[in-house]
Amino acid sequence: MIGLTHYLILGALLFVCGLLAILLKRNAIGILMGVELMLNAANVNLVAFNHFSHSGSPGTVKLDGQLLAAFVIVIAAAEAAVALAIFLNYYRQFRTIDVEQAIGLKG
Amino acid sequence: MLAVGNHIALDAALFYLFAGMTGASAVGVVACRNIVRAAVCLLFTLAGVAGLYFLLNAEFLAAVQLVVYTGGILIIIIFGVMLTSTSPFSRFEPRTGEVILSLLIGSMLMIALVLVILHSPFPTGDAGGRASNTIETFGQLLLGDYLVPFELASVLLLVVMIGAAYVARGRRAKAAILMQRPEGG
Amino acid sequence: MLLHIAIAVFFFIPFTSVIGMLGIWGERRIAARIQSRLGPNRVGYFGLLQSLADGIKVISKEDLIPAGADRVLFRLAPYLTFVPVFAAYAALPFGPDLSFEPRLSAGVFWLLAILSVEVIGVILAGWSSNNKWSMYGAMREACQMVCYEIPLGISIIIGVMTAGTLNLLQLGNLQGGGIHTWIVFRNPFVFTAFIVYFVASLASNKRAPFDLPESESELVAGYHTEYSGMRFTLFFFAEYAAMFVVAAIQSILFLGAWNDPLGLIGYEHHRLTAIGQPHALALLIVNLAAAGIFILKCMTLMLVQMWVRWTFPRPRIDQVLYVCIKVLLPLAFVLLLGAALWQLFVPERAGVPWMDYQPWNVSNWVHNGFGGAWITQMVLAIIAMCGVSVIVGWIIYAFASGRTDHQRLSEATAIPHTIHLHTGLAASAASTNR
Repeated sequence: MIGLTHYLILGALLFVCGLLAILLKRNAIGILMGVELMLNAANVNLVAFNHFSHSGSPGTVKLDGQLLAAFVIVIAAAEAAVALAIFLNYYRQFRTIDVEQAIGLKG
Repeated sequence: MLAVGNHIALDAALFYLFAGMTGASAVGVVACRNIVRAAVCLLFTLAGVAGLYFLLNAEFLAAVQLVVYTGGILIIIIFGVMLTSTSPFSRFEPRTGEVILSLLIGSMLMIALVLVILHSPFPTGDAGGRASNTIETFGQLLLGDYLVPFELASVLLLVVMIGAAYVARGRRAKAAILMQRPEGG
Repeated sequence: MLLHIAIAVFFFIPFTSVIGMLGIWGERRIAARIQSRLGPNRVGYFGLLQSLADGIKVISKEDLIPAGADRVLFRLAPYLTFVPVFAAYAALPFGPDLSFEPRLSAGVFWLLAILSVEVIGVILAGWSSNNKWSMYGAMREACQMVCYEIPLGISIIIGVMTAGTLNLLQLGNLQGGGIHTWIVFRNPFVFTAFIVYFVASLASNKRAPFDLPESESELVAGYHTEYSGMRFTLFFFAEYAAMFVVAAIQSILFLGAWNDPLGLIGYEHHRLTAIGQPHALALLIVNLAAAGIFILKCMTLMLVQMWVRWTFPRPRIDQVLYVCIKVLLPLAFVLLLGAALWQLFVPERAGVPWMDYQPWNVSNWVHNGFGGAWITQMVLAIIAMCGVSVIVGWIIYAFASGRTDHQRLSEATAIPHTIHLHTGLAASAASTNR
């Protein structure tokens, strides 16, 4: 019987993998991938809680978790676009996408 | 008609299938040093999460996840990888000390989260049956209770579109405008 | 659940393969006839088994992976292109009771979502080939497909807004009252949105005239240059399967799904299921007829897609994007606004025909205040039927009067045409009956 804890543990795994990707990747786009993993983990949590919570009255359908997850997806899309624009500028400036080279304050 | 036991077995099988795909691909994103392979692993993670949304009775959200995440954000990421890679197989190696420290932090966080999840009294059990038409409720909520966030999200997307196009414009075009060079076409 | 798996294995896979084979055969024959040649006609009657022969040949080819290619991604890319298209077949309803999952409330949106995963397969194919021509093809293709998803989505929204539901089965049921209940005829904005959808679906499917990713004369073969053998066949099958899926979306959302122009199938189905215990054989016959009509409509749309391919020249990539962003996108937004305002001011008949109202009873419509809707729908339907009959009549006339026969130069003028290059040209042009 699949319960809430199964989904929450999966969400925790996704979150930790996202965190490891942010810590371990030197490619800036790899860090962006880690951020997307963490956002997906939060979304899985939200939708799982929405499915397994007892709604108020039996007639209405509560979709607050799904709506919040939808807004998180929208904001993730916006953030990915801006992040890519920044990475492109970074690449043009430093000729490399390695974030270890971003050690100066000028430029 | 399906027996109830068969239904539960099908649910469990599908959950383990999608969760296995998602978890394994997430580990693959971290482990793959070739950035394009990491992007493909991210694709399978996002597709697995969409499958999990289907199991959680969130059909519209699953379709949104596929359209926006795999059909939008992942393509942005792959475009970024292709535009910024010096060679197709370049890889950056983190230092060994960093790897050990990161794995330590990651495992500590995982253990802490799992312990919290297992020992917390969450309300368990299904929600009130399988709702058949979530989309109508979704639409009514978006234009009803959640109207202000909806409009703010559209303004945010407009601002991001303009901003990203401006930031990623490049210096050559700016130099051409500054030097007033007549551009053909 | 076992029944579902059995249906998936024993119906969808063979159906997709047959659609792929017929599509390739049709493409080659139609291309040939448009170009005044014959096309494959030796293997089997009318060359129908040509695709089978090609498949046998292709299986026996060498499995070739380029030297510097990324082996894992190279092998993965054809499957990433084919699997989403194949998964889309699971949502299509072939008849009023022949749907794999009738409760899928996000039907149309699911189809749109699953077709957008195909883009990644194409990008990976181009990237992993280690070939700059493949890369160019892949980048062009990604740009084009992603840009054209916007007018595609908006024209789908226009159709869905007019119909009021995303559920594919319900969409089919709503159009069961005859040709004037089809959603494309509900208001002139949906009519134009159908054309916008057709153009956007051509571009989203990488079909000509938007086939720059695989432009044969420019990029060798675009993103599948380095693919040979069975992998190339998977790409081809994916393209024709996607053509069918896109035609299916068009026919379900706009052209009445499985319904005939007189509404007989809707009437029979309602009559059989309104009583408690439906007659099993009659219901089966109705469903099979419905499936036949649905497949016929999809194949007609595929034929139009192939016809368009071999008629128009290929625009450049900047012209392709110009059409998307500066022509189709504003047009789609204007149509969306128009359709929304139309729904506000002209009351439309909601509900399932034959169940909630009588679709052919004019006084019923006028009496309930839906006279404007009736007039609009009938006028648009008559215009469309006139247009279609003109086109079909012209094709029949062309075949019957011998205008499609291969024109040959007569023997007497062949030699003067080749010798007298300048002076003979006018004389021979006057003497050949063109």
